[in-house]
Amino acid sequence: MYDFELVKPASLAEAVKAMGDDGAQALAGGQTLVPTMKQRLASPERLVSLTGIAELQGVSAAEGRVTIGAATCHADVAAKAAAHYPGLAALAGQIGDPAVRNRGTIGGSLANNDPSACYPAAALGSGATIVTNTRDIAADDYFQGMFATALEEGEIITAVRFPVPQAAGYVKFAQPASRFALVGVFVARFADGVRVAVTGASNNGVFRWAEAEAALSGDFSADAVTGLTVPADDMIADLHGSAEYRAHLVGVMTARAVRAAG
Amino acid sequence: MTKVTMTVNGKTVSADTEGRTLLSSFLRDGLGMTGTHIGCDTSQCGACLVHVDGKAVKSCSVFAQEVAGAQVRTIEGMANADGSLSVIQQAFQDHHGLQCGFCTPGMVMSAAALLAENPKPTEHEVRHYLEGNLCRCTGYHNIVKAVLAASGQDVSGLGVAAE
Amino acid sequence: MPKDGGIGASTKRREDMRFLTGKGRYTDDINIRGQVHAHFLRSDVAHGRINGIDLSAAEAMPGVLRILTAADFAAVGGIPCGWQVTDRHGQVMQEPKHPVLADGKVRHVGDPIAMIIAETYEQARDAAEAVLVDITELTPVLDMKAALAEGAVKVHDDLTSNLCYDWGFVEENKAAVDAAFAKAAHVTTLELVNNRLVANPMEPRVAVGDFESHSDQYTLYTTSQNPHVIRLLMGAFVLGIPEHKLRVVAPDVGGGFGSKIYHYAEEAAVTFAARLVGRPVKWTSSRSEAFISDAHGRDHVTKIELALDDENNFTALRTDTYANMGAYLSTFAPSIPTWLHGTLMAGNYKTPLIYVNVKAVFTNTVPVDAYRGAGRPEATFQLERLVDKAARELGVDPVDLRRQNFITPDMFPYQTPVAVVYDTGNYQATMDKLLEISDHAGFEARRAESATRGKLRGFGIAHYIEACGIAPSNLVGQLGARAGLYESATVRVNATGSISVYTGSHSHGQGHETSFAQVVAEMIGIDANQIDIVHGDTSNTPMGMGTYGSRSLAVGGSAIVKATNKIINKAKKIAAHLLEASEADIELKDGKFAVAGTDKSVDWAGVTLAAYVPHNYPLESLEPGLEETAFYDPSNFTYPSGAYGCEVEVDPDTGKVQVLSFAAADDFGNIVNPMIVEGQVQGGLAQGIGQALLENCAYDGNGQLLSGSFMDYAMPRADDLPMFTVDHSCITPCTHNPLGVKGCGEAGAIGSPPAVVNAVIDALQRAGHAHVTHIDMPVTPARVWAAMNG
Repeated sequence: MYDFELVKPASLAEAVKAMGDDGAQALAGGQTLVPTMKQRLASPERLVSLTGIAELQGVSAAEGRVTIGAATCHADVAAKAAAHYPGLAALAGQIGDPAVRNRGTIGGSLANNDPSACYPAAALGSGATIVTNTRDIAADDYFQGMFATALEEGEIITAVRFPVPQAAGYVKFAQPASRFALVGVFVARFADGVRVAVTGASNNGVFRWAEAEAALSGDFSADAVTGLTVPADDMIADLHGSAEYRAHLVGVMTARAVRAAG
Repeated sequence: MTKVTMTVNGKTVSADTEGRTLLSSFLRDGLGMTGTHIGCDTSQCGACLVHVDGKAVKSCSVFAQEVAGAQVRTIEGMANADGSLSVIQQAFQDHHGLQCGFCTPGMVMSAAALLAENPKPTEHEVRHYLEGNLCRCTGYHNIVKAVLAASGQDVSGLGVAAE
Repeated sequence: MPKDGGIGASTKRREDMRFLTGKGRYTDDINIRGQVHAHFLRSDVAHGRINGIDLSAAEAMPGVLRILTAADFAAVGGIPCGWQVTDRHGQVMQEPKHPVLADGKVRHVGDPIAMIIAETYEQARDAAEAVLVDITELTPVLDMKAALAEGAVKVHDDLTSNLCYDWGFVEENKAAVDAAFAKAAHVTTLELVNNRLVANPMEPRVAVGDFESHSDQYTLYTTSQNPHVIRLLMGAFVLGIPEHKLRVVAPDVGGGFGSKIYHYAEEAAVTFAARLVGRPVKWTSSRSEAFISDAHGRDHVTKIELALDDENNFTALRTDTYANMGAYLSTFAPSIPTWLHGTLMAGNYKTPLIYVNVKAVFTNTVPVDAYRGAGRPEATFQLERLVDKAARELGVDPVDLRRQNFITPDMFPYQTPVAVVYDTGNYQATMDKLLEISDHAGFEARRAESATRGKLRGFGIAHYIEACGIAPSNLVGQLGARAGLYESATVRVNATGSISVYTGSHSHGQGHETSFAQVVAEMIGIDANQIDIVHGDTSNTPMGMGTYGSRSLAVGGSAIVKATNKIINKAKKIAAHLLEASEADIELKDGKFAVAGTDKSVDWAGVTLAAYVPHNYPLESLEPGLEETAFYDPSNFTYPSGAYGCEVEVDPDTGKVQVLSFAAADDFGNIVNPMIVEGQVQGGLAQGIGQALLENCAYDGNGQLLSGSFMDYAMPRADDLPMFTVDHSCITPCTHNPLGVKGCGEAGAIGSPPAVVNAVIDALQRAGHAHVTHIDMPVTPARVWAAMNG
């Protein structure tokens, strides 16, 4: 990979300052960025490591909300969020493999917005708020297509705030090689309705499935989504499955996610 | 070049690094500890797996400077103090849990991390935990058997036809 | 009970000690003082004409020592092919030039164009980005049938077409086969693809070249399954270095599965460059690079037909296969779809008439060569899928149809209609054993249980035969091999009785250091710990052919037996002298030489010491010392066989196939170390299940590899597989090697793919999807779903 300067700020303020320079890029867990850099597909001049900043770490719960520090690794979310938001913890426990979960972070995942990543489904499906050093961004405004987000240059995700639903479930049909989601569906039932977010399937990245939300808001059962279909037009087609297959899986995984939500 | 110091297998060690120096390279090239292997470049295979502050980490996906000051444990630090094989290592030998040996360091480190978290895993839990460690030789059968045996469970009935 | 450390004991592996403690010494662990690094700039297009290469900017980059292109290799040879196939018209195959670095054209993504040598690896990579290659892209040749069409773009301009050869086997049988089909009561036809695979041993390839000017001595450290073969090919055909000036070392090697048999361009390049730059040159492949530079496996497209009479006897078999060679001929590529494939088309059956046609085709893809099983998995897959399909069409039990057509024990030695002679076997016995260990009788109950969970359960069976220990040399020479296929061993007994055995076989996971020592320990009757097995270095082992084709114990082990017998014969002479007895009266038992019928004896160490300190020694009739070399050239292949059964569950909502259980009943002849044998089978099963369900090396329409990393090439993982039930108690010893062994390394990968696919088809058919008669591998969820809904 190309060489760069690695800086390890101890505080968010230092990190924001370090990110101000040209060519600087945030380094979270690095589980995607490092392989990308090995392929020489990224060439930051400076990497600002966020994993040593205490204020970006941790899981807290208050007033029906769970807040996850952006640099909290998946393993910690899986363990520490379980009591407060089991559906989210279960999703975190399905990302990558144990070693990846010990490094990869929620902030890194959301900033990268891989179209097959798990966390975008949780954030969008929960109606979470992405908190940055400058503002709060609603999940509905945050995800802007494959690898595209509302983040500005130099903006750092500091935390993700999840409203805790009455029930939630995530089911991932894994792409057999990468184990990313070929299709992953996150379903969350709130007092005022159900949200359904789909990852892995669409060329436009994570999306909400309005028809399923409407059906499930009326009847939160797997049967409620039987027969519902998403159009295959914008679905990803690749070695691992056609657009039609992914569209079909969206229905199957949604029903299973509802069952998982209990 | 930036000098990085950390504790590897209980010894304080230092080597010069660039920003891009990976922990795996720090170990292999900087310290000459070649037990940690590189089998891929996409963080999939797990041959490079080591423990950083007690947690399983793929050393090919972490920069050495990120883990300055950490406690790192590698395959070279897994044997007992007298040089004999640890329980996990011995189980791998007893149950033929390795063939070419290339994935073995990562497998042993991964198994050790699993058993630290979950001292009596089921077969399903072992298989699931090892999903980030690829082996091309064994078909995993004997690796899973070795990990279960290392946890003190009876493995004599595994893979044997019911009488 | 076998003696611990002797033949038949599950002796724990001695090599494990270093591997478990991080002390293995793999090629990438070797760093020579003064070493520099090489990086290969590779083509990113599948087919193109090189108009020019501008190195000026790159050569000025920091740390760059030298950049080599094809012009620098003008005076040396190309990468040779080790097998020449003669086609059905008596013409030798078309054999293209295979330059070390691309010369004039690039022919696949990954074809090396320039070798950049710099002080560090990163400097070499930096400089590679500054090399300006002017390439005109050409239409890539990808589809094999289109490649053979009139006027198709040619991969090699100087060949007449993209056809390497059109092989017919046995050509003289063709008319009789066609006639048998004309009068068949039933014909079953199947068209299928044997998917292209990437071997992916966990250790990527590495090569370190060194040159010592004071002695004119080259050394190559390389990740090879056969260092002597590399020395011969590279020394004699590429670089023109005589063997005594070239040492090739293959230290601990992290798996091969065939992909490390071949002589690769990078090996020649680092060796050549070491002399040019006067420094040791190291190249380490990344995994991404391995995907586009290691030889791939399989990639056949086949139509196969079976003719049966009105009593369901097989009367004839006919196949039509297109075999992808890739862009160049890798070392043994031409032999795989021919002599390692066509000769196995009889399978376990007494089909009297067989005709095999294979068209080998050049395409703009990575060269294809042997991968675990090599030709035999392709043969077995076709045949065992076909027999299963025939049984379904005829409404008979697939097990019964197989049994009815099996070659029976009384028929051995059995001359097949495809040239080979099976020496021994008992296929009914392995089938019986399989049905027992897989609890076939309980299948219906398990299927019903699956159905309660909405899952479709199926049972699939396959019976395979393979040919291992390819030989004899004089025969394979007639078939086009440009090498002998013997194996060698030197047994060096030291003065105090310890033994070093130098073998031409190479262990890269097979455990030779343990099992070979068991053989010698058993023969002499001493502790196995007194015996070391040495391999992998041409400077100390006799010329050997290496390890592939499940040959090591059958051929290499036989050479060790031969050399050890020479040792024992000489030791008996020494013992006779020491005991003042007749040589004919000396018996060796448990490491002691005794005079029959007396209590007079001398122990092993007493004899070995006398050999090296020959004070009391028959010097007039016997040389001092105790060291013998033997070369063993087998008189026939060995023929392991076995019955495999797979049970799967299909999720009808997603098409996902879960392998619930897999049972293997193999006949490997005699067994030296059951633990190692079982491990070999388990590993082979995982690769075969991987081929059947997961692994897919696929190119897009531009010749770009779609599955170019572990992110898209699905390697079997621990949670993809069940525990395996492996049995090797059915034994018909090989009749023509001294150990009676057959070889076990490839069986798992050969027998399992058809068992898995048969199980999936069984599950779908039982669930009413009668129209699904075949799904190509890998049987991915998407393919199963499409088939069910097609």
